[in-house]
Amino acid sequence: MTILETRPVIARPQNGSLIEQFEHGLDAPICLTWELTYACNLACAHCLSSSGRRDPNELTTEQAEAVIDELQRMQVFYVNIGGGEPTIRPDFWHLLQYAVDHNVGVKFSTNGVRINPEKAALLASTDYVDVQISLDGATAEVNDYVRGPGSYDTAITALKNLQDAGFKDAKISVVVTRQNVLQLDEFKALADQYGATLRLTRMRPSGRGADVWDELHPLPEQQRVLFDWLVANGENVLTGDSFFHLAAFGESLPGLNLCGAGRVVCLIDPVGDVYACPFAIHDNFLAGNILADGGFQRVWQNSELFNELRSPQTGGACTKCEFFDSCRGGCMAAKFFTGLPLDGPDPECVQGYGETALAGDRTIPAQSQDHSRTTPGRNQPVMLTLTRREDLTAPPVSACAENPLAGFTL
Amino acid sequence: MEHNPTTESVNDDAPLETVDLIEEVSIDGMCGVY
Amino acid sequence: MSGMLDESWRLSPSVELRPEPFGALAYHFGNRKLTFLKRPELVALVRGLGEHPDVRSAMVAAGIPEAQWAAFESALQGLADTDMIRPDENHQGVPA
Repeated sequence: MTILETRPVIARPQNGSLIEQFEHGLDAPICLTWELTYACNLACAHCLSSSGRRDPNELTTEQAEAVIDELQRMQVFYVNIGGGEPTIRPDFWHLLQYAVDHNVGVKFSTNGVRINPEKAALLASTDYVDVQISLDGATAEVNDYVRGPGSYDTAITALKNLQDAGFKDAKISVVVTRQNVLQLDEFKALADQYGATLRLTRMRPSGRGADVWDELHPLPEQQRVLFDWLVANGENVLTGDSFFHLAAFGESLPGLNLCGAGRVVCLIDPVGDVYACPFAIHDNFLAGNILADGGFQRVWQNSELFNELRSPQTGGACTKCEFFDSCRGGCMAAKFFTGLPLDGPDPECVQGYGETALAGDRTIPAQSQDHSRTTPGRNQPVMLTLTRREDLTAPPVSACAENPLAGFTL
Repeated sequence: MEHNPTTESVNDDAPLETVDLIEEVSIDGMCGVY
Repeated sequence: MSGMLDESWRLSPSVELRPEPFGALAYHFGNRKLTFLKRPELVALVRGLGEHPDVRSAMVAAGIPEAQWAAFESALQGLADTDMIRPDENHQGVPA
């Protein structure tokens, strides 16, 4: 996390396209993700920030206000506030208003726990605020499997409260998994029902996602299903360019196919660490700290890591593939957290190169950060599925079996 | 056609296309932008 | 099309204009459109629109040669199409 003394002058193409200019980085992020707290009332199995417990060094209200002041000076258009669960920070509503009052738009991601009718009315009356409710199943059964018992109801209640209060165009944000990829139409119907817009994002092996990625990430044939659905239905569905690795199917989805990490976006975490992207919370992608390194602008403009990301990237082995221009080698974080080299294929490469790479030797990096709860709470998802024995005619075990575990196999 | 590398100036010789002046992009179109 | 030169326009209130090395980024908070202004002259023109009685005088103030006016007008039309700029009802070029 070196900060360079002076900001390097980056040779920019004259008359470059927007994409080319973005790849060389901007003076300020267009938007950035700001995780306000690692505390969370839920314990989702795939949490990208491994949240659960508050970190004792989280920014104070005053320090958070100073960040907002800086973002205003830099003219960052808006922040995406998340966590953990940002609304359980006692100063959340104050910071929300402070940001809006200082010309910084706010979108916040929430599981809905604090969006009661009173707060919904407050949000409906505040300009420049967008609300994004997380939901990973169109039914409680599918959703609660990864997000914990009751989480589906919490999310739907929040959506209903927002709709009743007249809040326009909330977002439902879904991480596409093996289990919910067949529910895409139902998700769309839910969004329509509550006057919201559906947003689909890619599951990445980041945070606790690394532990459940093998079980939950979409299978190759499901990626095709998703891609076809987006092509057919994607006009009113947001993706945040999350699926640009699918561009190698041959037809591009709308979007720049641009990895924005360190170039147009970054993450500020609850203790002020700045990472290239919310899916890359790891020392390797740590650019600096706003408290220790002289403020956010200095980190954004002068960090060695970000300046590396803003220089021409080698595609490595991927450059030989005919689809490289479409997919640009895929997602850096997805490669890193599955132990694949950054100059090789994405683990979900639609041409199959990722599967080959995954089968080879690799070491999954140890987590730099883990704010998960140490003991399960009542919201803990229990990722068990009930299955039936194959042979249903014979009795389970002999009536004479004394061992309570007779017949039980893992 | 020389372009001064430090200041971009309007060149009277070159016909200017709209795409040389503005380009629109979807805010939903860059990974990491929410 | 050439009608714009005699019209009065201004930046939409929901738009934030941010300088960048290559020109400027314009973001519309209402419709979430993001537009890249690629020339400093265009940035100066857009900033100056609300302070001049018509587009023509704003072009002059921004130092845009007359030979380029058609192209810049076409760019302004593109910005108008996404509500980045709006007709200025005041017609007096007085900053709001």
